[in-house]
Amino acid sequence: MKRRHFLVLSAASVGGVIVYSLDGKVSRLAARADNTVKIPLRFFTEQEAVIVSAVASRIMPSDESGPGAREAGVVIYIDRQLAGPWGRDAHRYTHEPFNGGAPAEFGYQGSAPPRQIYREGLKQLAGFERLSESAQDAKLTQIEHSVFFDLLRSNTIEGMFCDPLHGGNIDMVGWQLIGFPGPRMSNAAEIDKTHGEEFRPKPLSLDQVTQEPHRPSEDEEL
Amino acid sequence: MKNLPRTDIAIVGGGWTGLLLAKEIAQRTALNIVVLERGGPRRAEDYTNGMDELDFNVRFSLMQDYSKQTVTLRYTPRDHAIPIRQLGNFLPGSGTGGAGEHWGALYPRHVPDLFEIYTKTVERYGEKKLPEDHAIVDWGITWAEIEPYYTKTDKLIGASGKAGNLRGKITEGGNPFEGPRSEEYPTPPMKVSYFSSLFRDAVKSLGYHPYPNPSAILSTAYTNPDGIARPGCFYCGFCDRFGCMVGAKTQPTNTLLPILTTQKSVVLRNNCSVRKIVHQGNQARGVNYVDESGEECFQPADVVLLCSWTLNNTRLLLLSGIGEPYEPSTGKGVVGRNLTHQISASAGTLFMEKPLNRFMGAAASGICISDFDGDNFDHSNLPFIRGGLLRAMGTGFQPIVSFGTVPPSVKARWGSEWKRAAVHWYDRVGGIGFSGDHIPYKTNYMGLDPTYRDHLGDPLLRLTIDWRDNEKEMFKFASAKGAEIARAMGAKNILMQAPYDHYDARRYQSTHIQGGTIMGRSSDASVVNTWGQHWQLHNLFIVGASTMPCQGAANPTPTVLALAYRTADALIDHYLKSPGLVA
Repeated sequence: MKRRHFLVLSAASVGGVIVYSLDGKVSRLAARADNTVKIPLRFFTEQEAVIVSAVASRIMPSDESGPGAREAGVVIYIDRQLAGPWGRDAHRYTHEPFNGGAPAEFGYQGSAPPRQIYREGLKQLAGFERLSESAQDAKLTQIEHSVFFDLLRSNTIEGMFCDPLHGGNIDMVGWQLIGFPGPRMSNAAEIDKTHGEEFRPKPLSLDQVTQEPHRPSEDEEL
Repeated sequence: MKNLPRTDIAIVGGGWTGLLLAKEIAQRTALNIVVLERGGPRRAEDYTNGMDELDFNVRFSLMQDYSKQTVTLRYTPRDHAIPIRQLGNFLPGSGTGGAGEHWGALYPRHVPDLFEIYTKTVERYGEKKLPEDHAIVDWGITWAEIEPYYTKTDKLIGASGKAGNLRGKITEGGNPFEGPRSEEYPTPPMKVSYFSSLFRDAVKSLGYHPYPNPSAILSTAYTNPDGIARPGCFYCGFCDRFGCMVGAKTQPTNTLLPILTTQKSVVLRNNCSVRKIVHQGNQARGVNYVDESGEECFQPADVVLLCSWTLNNTRLLLLSGIGEPYEPSTGKGVVGRNLTHQISASAGTLFMEKPLNRFMGAAASGICISDFDGDNFDHSNLPFIRGGLLRAMGTGFQPIVSFGTVPPSVKARWGSEWKRAAVHWYDRVGGIGFSGDHIPYKTNYMGLDPTYRDHLGDPLLRLTIDWRDNEKEMFKFASAKGAEIARAMGAKNILMQAPYDHYDARRYQSTHIQGGTIMGRSSDASVVNTWGQHWQLHNLFIVGASTMPCQGAANPTPTVLALAYRTADALIDHYLKSPGLVA
């Protein structure tokens, strides 16, 4: 039987207790005695998850301008996306022949789905998590014009700002960072009354607003 | 092949046009109607909990599944085409309501002279002003003929806005350049966001003529002539690429479907992909389709209405062998000609001093100017014809697709410096949008691809299209106007979009594609007459943007719906009484 991989994160770094859905069920994952949370992985090996987490933290660092990919749990988000239909290109046209040499304007023409791009790309980044920050940045600069890096960058932004039901944006740290209130049902009273003033309602997630759990697209095939 | 019982009317496509025709025919006749929709069922209630940016706005869960079908693209007739493998330059819908579910619901009419674009342009500037290789033709109808149908659609959807030209009288606050309207909008304009209000004040100070966007999102509660009651907008910002949570945004599922479900004469079959229109002599006999279980079916019908998404209308004619495919080297044939794709671009990304609270909004709200639309300004000394609309949209911003826009001085696209700038500017970024005319050319056209096929084994549609000098010069002109307005709005910094170069399948360009089955006055140069009736198969009617010989700057849906109403009148009042070509 395939060994199940887990990612162990500091509970403090992911907001202590997180709402976490696995296999489509919603549960609360409490911090363990050593103040860590143990998260089952769907696609990555533990080693891959550690590298992705380190890379996402250089793309969206935790720094003086606020929390970053680590606090948002971006790696959890990416793991689930890769395990879901998007990760295996369920909705991309993949008929042959492929045209590797097509001009950039024709969009991605490769045959590899995101899962494969990650798995192969991560091989080049073995040991990344042990490098100094400046060495990590130098390594990423080498690959920043690759399809793999474009995916890492856009998936990091997605995991930072998605609704928490997708596994990222834990405790809505991403939304708090930029003042986004989430799916606020009505702004009719404020839209033309707040001109020139900052208006920042407290963020609420979709589950909180609608008072019911949602099944995200990445869980469709679970 | 399963042979099904005959029906009076078979409608291909359960989107805006197919369901509107079904409603009209069901309300006005006793005929039996079968609607065949390739996607799954949807109801207005499906959207009440759908405010999730990732699934709808990033993963596009309401859109066509490209693993089954896409198009191929090439720039010239000499190139091999390459498939567009993922959603990008346009976003076709799938399922009941089609793209009418996830649309942004802007509701502008075309300028009157667009319908006579060839005649009017030559009259004013002479034949020499027309670009080389152009395929510009008049539509065969006039403003006076289409205006009553525009008004009918306004009432159906409860269009929000302010008239600028009411029966020839210019009225304050509306668009003074619009064609004369027979009636005021059914509902008042939508509320104006902060950024749009800054645009309005700036363009006014520059001497232009701002007006609120015409919108198919209700500003207040409205009950239409069918008795459909819907609420006004809550400005939640989850509009474009979503279905509306409350039904304020007009969608086929909240405006047409509730009527159809009460009509016993209408059957809507979901997950049915039509592959062919079966025909013999000068008659369509029905359609072949694959049903949900994968079984091939023949649905015989006395009348076939081709109402699928614009590109699929053209593809189905080609797959069915109806009409002669257009060949640019000889100019012969008509099916596939005059492919156009609305110019849609940023005329400036503005970095403002104060926060804009841009999570609030509605996709269609905003302020617009028509000073540089169509032929509203003199082109004698300009290197292009036609023009477009400049707007500050009041669309709600969502963080995944909006985060990361930084001033040109910040070169990094990841890391601390980039993050700090992106966080600071996140709610201070606004855009001036430009929508422009796309004129047709002889070598922008469609045919069947010789290599690539869909999941059923049928050839994909091949687009041959690229931008020409007219589009590039028009966008250059619009960018300069956008920069002028941005400075007047007090922008701290302005980011300009790169000039138009080659057609780009990665960049969202709008879902507004025209041509392929164009209308006209003569069967030599068009596929359908001005009623949407096929010149050779008189019991086949084609409805949708595929019948438009060119693209105006305005979004096409109001014109699509007006033409659908016009087809309904031709079919019900003329063809059914006396089958044959409608005069």
